[in-house]
This record gives sequence, structure tokens and C-alpha cells, in this order.
Amino acid sequence: MTALTLSNVNKSFGAVHVLKDINLSVEEGEFVVFVGPSGCGKSTLLRVIAGLEDATSGIIDIGGTVVNTVPPAKRGIAMVFQSYALYPHLNVRDNMALALKQEKRPKAEIEKRVAEASRMLSLEAYLNRRPAELSGGQRQRVAIGRAVVREPKLFLFDEPLSNLDAALRMNTRLEIAKLHRQLAASMIYVTHDQTEAMTLADKIVVLRDGRVEQVGSPMELYNNPANRFVAEFLGSPSMNFVPAERLGGPADQEIGIRPEHVQIAESGVLSGPVVHVEQLGGDTNILVDIGYEMPFTVRMFGQYPVGTGTTVNLAFSTENTYRFTRDGVRQV
Amino acid sequence: MNKARQNPVNVIAAHGALILYTLIALFPVFVIVINSFKSRRDIFREPLALPDADSFSMIGYQTVLKQGDFFLYFQNSLIVTVCSLFFILLFGAMAAFALSEYRFKGNTLMGLYLALGIMIPIRIGTVAILDLMVQTGLVNTLFALILVYTAQGLPLAVFILSEFMRQVSEDLKNAGRIDGLSEYTIFFRLVLPLVRPAMATVAVFNMIPIWNDLWFPLILAPAEETKTLTLGSQVFIGQFVTDWNAVLSALSLAILPVMALYVIFSRQLIRGITSGAVK
Ligand SMILES: Nc1ncnc2c1ncn2[C@@H]1O[C@H](COP(=O)(O)OP(=O)(O)OP(=O)(O)O)[C@@H](O)[C@H]1O
Ligand SMILES: [Mg+2]
Repeated sequence: MTALTLSNVNKSFGAVHVLKDINLSVEEGEFVVFVGPSGCGKSTLLRVIAGLEDATSGIIDIGGTVVNTVPPAKRGIAMVFQSYALYPHLNVRDNMALALKQEKRPKAEIEKRVAEASRMLSLEAYLNRRPAELSGGQRQRVAIGRAVVREPKLFLFDEPLSNLDAALRMNTRLEIAKLHRQLAASMIYVTHDQTEAMTLADKIVVLRDGRVEQVGSPMELYNNPANRFVAEFLGSPSMNFVPAERLGGPADQEIGIRPEHVQIAESGVLSGPVVHVEQLGGDTNILVDIGYEMPFTVRMFGQYPVGTGTTVNLAFSTENTYRFTRDGVRQV
Repeated sequence: MNKARQNPVNVIAAHGALILYTLIALFPVFVIVINSFKSRRDIFREPLALPDADSFSMIGYQTVLKQGDFFLYFQNSLIVTVCSLFFILLFGAMAAFALSEYRFKGNTLMGLYLALGIMIPIRIGTVAILDLMVQTGLVNTLFALILVYTAQGLPLAVFILSEFMRQVSEDLKNAGRIDGLSEYTIFFRLVLPLVRPAMATVAVFNMIPIWNDLWFPLILAPAEETKTLTLGSQVFIGQFVTDWNAVLSALSLAILPVMALYVIFSRQLIRGITSGAVK
């Protein structure tokens, strides 16, 4: 069964057309990640799904029911916000229990669900504390717990980890992955973070300017991007581009190649001076000026000593290249 | 305060200025209070001297308390001030919430209209208000005063509170909506506690002018049983003789409740429990 179907969903704020004809479906138990540049409408789409904003047109179907006119609380969804949004006047237990109390569930059931969620998220020790007395990571776990106790058909996460530091982010990411396996619930997750998108997603939805650019599994999108935007957006460091002409191709095309597929060689198709070197320990990113828009990035495994200013030759095999027309469409 | 700004000269200068201002502001109050404990002769002989065994006299307070109705005036003032503040805060906050939270046609226009009252003094409409009160039979009731003061306080309240409510986390309100809280619960339980400092500010701003007002009590409620403290104290100020002891004592007593209210509100200015809601 499909957990969520969006058909031709549009959203305008006055004259500003933010979401344009979104068509999308999320299967039962699927983990879907929305990525896209800032301001492309990810949060707006999530809010439309949640019912916090009305769609200007189109149909939103959650678990087989059209929910366009159903209030957020009755849509069978739960949402986790970037800013945690915990109720400051309630302790952790009551924060988690509030939604169930609103639904007038029996006390015993509420207690059972809160206990279960707090065990899952290791929050038992903090149940009587106020949000002000918790660390950022703990607060975000409470926010997740508040979503979990509702046992929703669909979880919505809006950049839940972006206020956390790197180590906590990794832990919480693993926690969310574990949660997804345990609950087998459908989840939609908005993020800016490449790693989160690639590691968590069953399916990635790339958005640009309120339009869906491409939908697919992380590896599908990485290996087989439909256009230049998706190719450039996924992968870090991002894909290199060079006019096809310089490699003996037609005049109005561009060739893309991922940094890990480029080698520094004795002789190569491209050459130029090294402008910058990023030593990451495990990897080395070498930026080479080839006289085009952006410097060419070469990603070498391990540590690779090279001074800036050295002229290097770059080699790669054509089977790893992608061809795009001037307006960004992929040529196969 | 951050380190860079803790230059000792600046700190001393800032505190010096504040202390000086405090002294200047409190001086008249101080003079009123000390003189209220002196006999009439000593008030005029040495207005700045503290009361001593010789000059000490409770005659002013005795006059005021003997006047009998003083407690009634006191009570009237308190009722009018507290009720007006309550309505200003309640309706002001509700209007501010609607203006800041909901997108509807004419939202901005409505906001401007409500803020217009900040620039137009309500006293301009005194004749019309009196006319209205006469027709509705509200003359010489405390309710008339409460209505007028509420109207007088609302524009600034709406203006200040809507600005603060815009800053309340959108996510928090949305979390409430997803958890099934009604808009009223969101307003009363989530938003109001977070704008408490602003509410306290509005209350303090409105309290003093209402408490001290002579104009509307004189015009709308001059009857003996609805007199407010300010109006009631006027009996001691005659055209030919003024009972200064009584006037000063009445004023000293009138300071107390305002001070009590101020203490209550200023405690709310401390943010305390609101931190940790977001971020
Ligand atoms: N209430 C609103 N009124 C008018 N325009 C809005 C409103 N909310 C969002 N927008 C516009 O819609 C666009 C998409 O916003 P949205 O918040 O969905 O972006 P986003 O993809 O979540 O960005 P980010 O990654 O920075 O969070 C933006 O251009 C924004 O200016
Ligand atoms: Mg966003």
C-alpha cells in the first residue's frame, strides 16, 4: 500500500509560486529523503503534507484517504522540527504524552507508549525534567520520542539534526536509522546533508525551485543522474564539468566526471596548475585550474603530497563520464 | 555583558548616570513621603528636613482616614486599574495573535487601524464618549471608566504584543497543531507564557496613567460612590486653603498599590522558564 500520494500539488503564497506540480508517492515503510538547495520548497512541501499549509491545488492522499481538508492532528502523521519545538512548560513525559492526552487515550496506554518510546531513545532518566534542563541532543531525542509515541502512519522530519554538532549528528542519525528498522513506518526526511541523504534514504527526491528534478535510490541518482543539476548536487566534492569540445566532442555539450574517477597521470587529456590542496587524512582533494568555470577536483585516496602551482596532467576513462547538453539534460 | 564592553570607565559612567537619574526621579517621591509625616508648620519651614521628634505628626493620615470614603476611593481605583489592565492584556494579546499568526485579507490594514489609536489621544473624543455613556446609562459607574481605559490601552498593547508574537517560534505552534491542540490552547498555553515579558511591559506602561488619571473620573464618574483616589484627593485641595498634610498623606498612600502592582509585573519580566523551548 502507498503511505502517501501527492498528485499535481501546487502551493502559492500570493503571487509566489513555491511548489509546482508535485507528483510523488511514498510506499509503506519507505524512507524518503527530500534534498535541494535552500529555498527550493522542501519545508513548504513537508508542511503541506502535514496540513500546516493548505495546498493551492492538487490531491494529498495519506494511507488511502484524501486529507486535503483534514486538520494536521487527524492526518496520522507526526513531525519533528529543526528547532525541537518542545513545550517549555511541560516535562519530558508530558511533552511526549500530550498528543495522546488530546486524543483521550486511556492512561495505561499512554504510560505504556511513553515508557516504550523513552526506552527506545534512552530517555528514561530525564522523564521528569523540563526541556530547559536538557542538552541539545537530548532535546532532539525528546522531539523524536514525541513523534514515536503517536505511532503515526507517516513521520515527517524537517532537518532534525542540523542544530547538533557533528558527533551527536552521527549518533542521532544511527538512532533514526534504527528507529526506522524497528518501527517499519514510512518516513519523510528533509536534509541539507549529503551523508544523511545517502545513508538513510531508500529513495531520494531532488527538488529545485519547487519542482521534482529526479526520484530514485541514492545509488541510482549517484550513478545515473537525469540532468546536470542532480549530477552536481549529489556527491561531495561535487562533479567536475568540462566543455565537450576540449575532449573532442560536439560544441554545445558538457562532460561531467566525478572527482574519484580522475587520476593525476604522466599524460592526460587535461592539464593545469594546482590551485589548492585539501588534506583530509584519509583522502586528498586536489583542485586544478583547467581554465573553465570551476576548478577541477581530483579526489585521491590516502595522503598525496603535491604543492600548489605544480602543473599536473589529469586522466580519466570515458566510461566514467556523463554527457550533458547546454541546458543541462543528460545525453546517453 | 561581553568582555569588550566592560571597560571600567564606561561601567562607572553608566552606573553613575543611572544612579543620578534614579535619585532625580525618586526625589519628589521622597519629599512627599517625608513631609507627609510632618506638621503643617514644619512642611513650610524646612521642606527638605526629615521628620524629627519635634516636627513629627500623623495629622495628615488621620485626616485622610477620618474622611471615611478614602478606602472606597482606594478600592475604586484598584478595581478600575486591575480590570482595565486585565482587559487590555486579554484583548490586546488576542488581537495581536490574530494579526501575527493568521494570513487573511486586510491583515496589514487592520493592524494599522488598530495602531492608529497610539497617535490619536482618546481625550479628543471625550464629548462623544460622555454622550455615549449617558445614552447607555453608564455614567457614574466604574464600568464606564474600565471601558474607556481599555480602549485607551489597546492600540499600544496590540502594537507591542503582535511584534513579540511574531518572534514566537513557528515550529512550536505547529507542533501544538500536530499534537491536536486547539488554537485557544496554543494561544493561552504556548504563546502567552512566552510573551510574558512583553505583557508585563504593556501592563506597566498602562498602569500609571490609569491610576493617576483625573480627567475621565471627573467627567464620567464623579459620584461619591465611584470616585477614584485621584479624584477623591482633590477634596483636600481647596480654592483658598489646601490641606497639605492630607494631600501629601493621600499621595503617599496612593503610591503603595502601584508599587505592589509594579513588583508583580516586573517579576514577570524575568524570562526564566521560557528558555529551552527552541534551540
Ligand atoms: N509564509 C510564506 N510566505 C511567503 N513565502 C514563503 C512562505 N514560506 C515560504 N516561502 C517561500 O517559499 C520558498 C520555499 O521555502 P521553504 O522554506 O520551503 O524552503 P526550503 O527548501 O525548506 O529551504 P531551507 O533549505 O532553507 O529550509 C522560499 O522562497 C520562501 O521564501
Ligand atoms: Mg526548510
